[in-house]
Amino acid sequence: MKRVAGLLAFAFALLTPALASAQDSNATLIQNATILTITHGNIEHGSVLIQDGKIAAVGTDLKAPAGATVIDASGQFVMPGIIDCHSHIAVEGSVNEGGPAVSSMANIADVLNPEDISIYRDLAGGVTVANILHGSANPIGGQTVVIKLRWGKSPSELPFQGALPGIKFALGENPKRSNFQPPPGIPPRYPATRLGVEEVIRQAFTEAREYKKQWDDYNQRKAAGEQNLMPPRRNETLVPLVEVLEGKRYVHSHCYRADEILMLMRVAKEFGFKVRTFQHVLEGYKVADEIAASGAGGSTFSDWWAYKAEAYDAIPYNAALMSERGVIVSINSDDAEEASHLNQEAAKAIKYGGLSSNDALKLVTLNPAIQLGIDSRVGSIDVGKDADLVIYNHDPLSVYAVVQKTFIDGQVYFDRQRDIAQRPELAKEKQALIDKEKKAGEEQKKAAEEQKKAAEGTGKKPDKKPEQKKKPPTEIESHGAVAGGAL
Amino acid sequence: MRFSTRLKFVILFISIFCISPAHAQNAPGVYAIKGAKVFPVSGAPIENGTVIIRGGKIVTVGANVEVPADAQVIDAAGLEVYPGLFDPFTQMGLNEIGQVSATVDIVELGDFNPELVAATAVNPASAHIPVTRASGITHVISAPGIGGFDQSSGGFITGQASAFNLAGWTMDEMQIRRSVAMVINWPSIRTRSFDFATFSFKTKPYDEAKKEYDNKINELSDWLDRARHYAQVKEKGSPSLFERDLKLEALIPVVEGKLPVLVVAGEARDIRNAVEFCAKQNLKMILADGSQAFKVKDLLKEKKIPVILGPTERTPDEEDMPYDQQLTQPEDLHAAGISIALSSFGTAFSRRLSQYAGTAVAYGLPYDEALKAVTINAAEMFGIADQIGSIQPGKIANLIVTNGDPLEIRTEIRYLFINGQLTSTGNRHRDLYEQYHKRSQAGH
Repeated sequence: MKRVAGLLAFAFALLTPALASAQDSNATLIQNATILTITHGNIEHGSVLIQDGKIAAVGTDLKAPAGATVIDASGQFVMPGIIDCHSHIAVEGSVNEGGPAVSSMANIADVLNPEDISIYRDLAGGVTVANILHGSANPIGGQTVVIKLRWGKSPSELPFQGALPGIKFALGENPKRSNFQPPPGIPPRYPATRLGVEEVIRQAFTEAREYKKQWDDYNQRKAAGEQNLMPPRRNETLVPLVEVLEGKRYVHSHCYRADEILMLMRVAKEFGFKVRTFQHVLEGYKVADEIAASGAGGSTFSDWWAYKAEAYDAIPYNAALMSERGVIVSINSDDAEEASHLNQEAAKAIKYGGLSSNDALKLVTLNPAIQLGIDSRVGSIDVGKDADLVIYNHDPLSVYAVVQKTFIDGQVYFDRQRDIAQRPELAKEKQALIDKEKKAGEEQKKAAEEQKKAAEGTGKKPDKKPEQKKKPPTEIESHGAVAGGAL
Repeated sequence: MRFSTRLKFVILFISIFCISPAHAQNAPGVYAIKGAKVFPVSGAPIENGTVIIRGGKIVTVGANVEVPADAQVIDAAGLEVYPGLFDPFTQMGLNEIGQVSATVDIVELGDFNPELVAATAVNPASAHIPVTRASGITHVISAPGIGGFDQSSGGFITGQASAFNLAGWTMDEMQIRRSVAMVINWPSIRTRSFDFATFSFKTKPYDEAKKEYDNKINELSDWLDRARHYAQVKEKGSPSLFERDLKLEALIPVVEGKLPVLVVAGEARDIRNAVEFCAKQNLKMILADGSQAFKVKDLLKEKKIPVILGPTERTPDEEDMPYDQQLTQPEDLHAAGISIALSSFGTAFSRRLSQYAGTAVAYGLPYDEALKAVTINAAEMFGIADQIGSIQPGKIANLIVTNGDPLEIRTEIRYLFINGQLTSTGNRHRDLYEQYHKRSQAGH
């Protein structure tokens, strides 16, 4: 079954670039829509012109250049592609290197899987960019990468070129492993308290600072022309931390409680680095002024709470309250399914805390772009930005809004009508594959029986049993695996 | 001294967060909700309508209704009145903090626990109750055994589900019906499962998995047979020889077809097996979860099995299913003539019920049907539609007064009536918001 699904995913993958390339050289004009620019208001009966993957013009009476594809979006809404600042999609295997308390040597960019079906499903929810994070098992976790959801392209084409890489930190219950039993025979891992979490981070940066000094000294002496120098031994754990100290890598820190948010700020100040975003930051509303003063962003859930002790003070007003106090706030998913309706999640900040419609939309567009340092490229509908756009049939803040098309770099990566139109063909293809597998299985069984018969004849045992089919994990199983590693 | 100060603080804390929601309760009174557009669900909307509530019940609803002299009048001009929303599968009151086992009473040890009743352990002071009702959900069913998003599930016959209102000092006050269904967590033939002890997938041969499954089903049949014999002995046997058995006693209304079985199953094969089993055993079945119900809709229609669907916003079971399979399924089943209700299957996410229903509308379910799927339909499935589910005289006055469409995310609940009492929409979240909003305003 899994193999059939894999083949289908592959078939999908083949179709997507084919359609995209047909539009590659041409311009696209989306017209007659309500354009939600985010930065300069809403334009009724407006148009967006896409050329060479960029937004070439935005206005009310744009003319389509010769040969341009024209999309009539009458009664529909166009907004910037959704940016999910906390995602674990497109990752092959586990998101957690949980062995050491500092796993900065691990890089999520090394395990990107562009055929993960979650990419397609999130495209169908209007997501175009995602911050792919390592899990939260360690005070200092692995390296992270920002991707565009270029489904079906090669792994090397997923990363958002020019976006600064990041590193995941984690505070509280997950790094101290309070909700996880180590497998039998494995001793518990230090740290087991929030005290220890702080110490691990401080210790790591003490080492990183020392390591940086060694390299700085070496480079200085080398630059001065000194001969026969031995470079310091390269340390893969400390390299990313030196990059943090040098401002070349963003820190995205998982956190819940107000005290641990302040703790990390103190440590960051002591060692002279910045926390780029506090992730989850469910008690961010308690220390909103301190977060704002530190310059960090807050990337939170819309209304998740009470799934663990440190989430018991979570409130759905968090996004609005932090925004009000000057924090750049985004609403993220941390979950492939949640990501597919982040527009709905953003709408909750209107009800809980009274954000304006435009500020609510910013939570999933411009604000996460700012947090990821890519706001000159994406996050709003402005001339010169990447043509990452979503067309909805209703106001995206309405529960009734359904994504019609999703563009990345001006190419259509999701088209609802096309998706629906392809279903009978895919169902047919699936049936053919199942039939083929069934036939192969029967033949295998027959061959095994014959082999058995022959073996009985010679007194030998058959070498191989027919292979067992595997089932994909169920909803609850896969949820469990995600919850175990990511929340 | 320090300690006692701290203790005072703790008591203050408890009183703020646990008692204040209950304080919101007034004595049952007489109310007239006047001048609203009333959506009774049982009939067409009424413009400029009035609803009269007395002694906990709806007494009158209509356009030209005289307001009793003793009524407290709620001027609802420009507002809309709907029946309170009903989340028919939750762990409300049984699950406070998912990962803190001391606060969770969902999964009991052992496979056969028909004598357990959710209502026994529903905590009326749970912070989830006011949080949930603030989103327009006025009554729920809590079911033992099934953990939802952040909990594991366990057991086979996991106990009896209870229906109750989301306001009251004690469960006795809150209860609509103590036992509305026997929950059966239908087993699957599982060849591959995730093992948390080793954090890895384990596989076993199909024949072995099938045998385990068959044994379980045989065991279930045995329990039902024993319950039938027990009922006979209890009725006709010699009292001196009769030995009371709490488990078998709890199964009597099930085998007599008086108490529905709420069968939790997602995969098509499991649903098919459950439907066939229940038909053979003459059990009154309600299907819960039904993530692949669309694959067996003909059977569900034929056997008239109502379905309580899990969240519409969840991932399709298989990676090659259409991306919107869960979103279109409510309409898929409704169009096939199957009675559906929607549910959160959770506790903390119960307040997303209206969002799940709205999304079902976005993907094809007619609006009126979506409204029924979160009000009257589940009430009918559990045989409590004479008490709740629509705005009709004689029913429990569970109503919401909104500033618009209750399925829209931005819509606000202006007034909340539960059991005929004007109930506060205040809750832990709003309290914390107001508390820390003050800190922010103080300018730190």
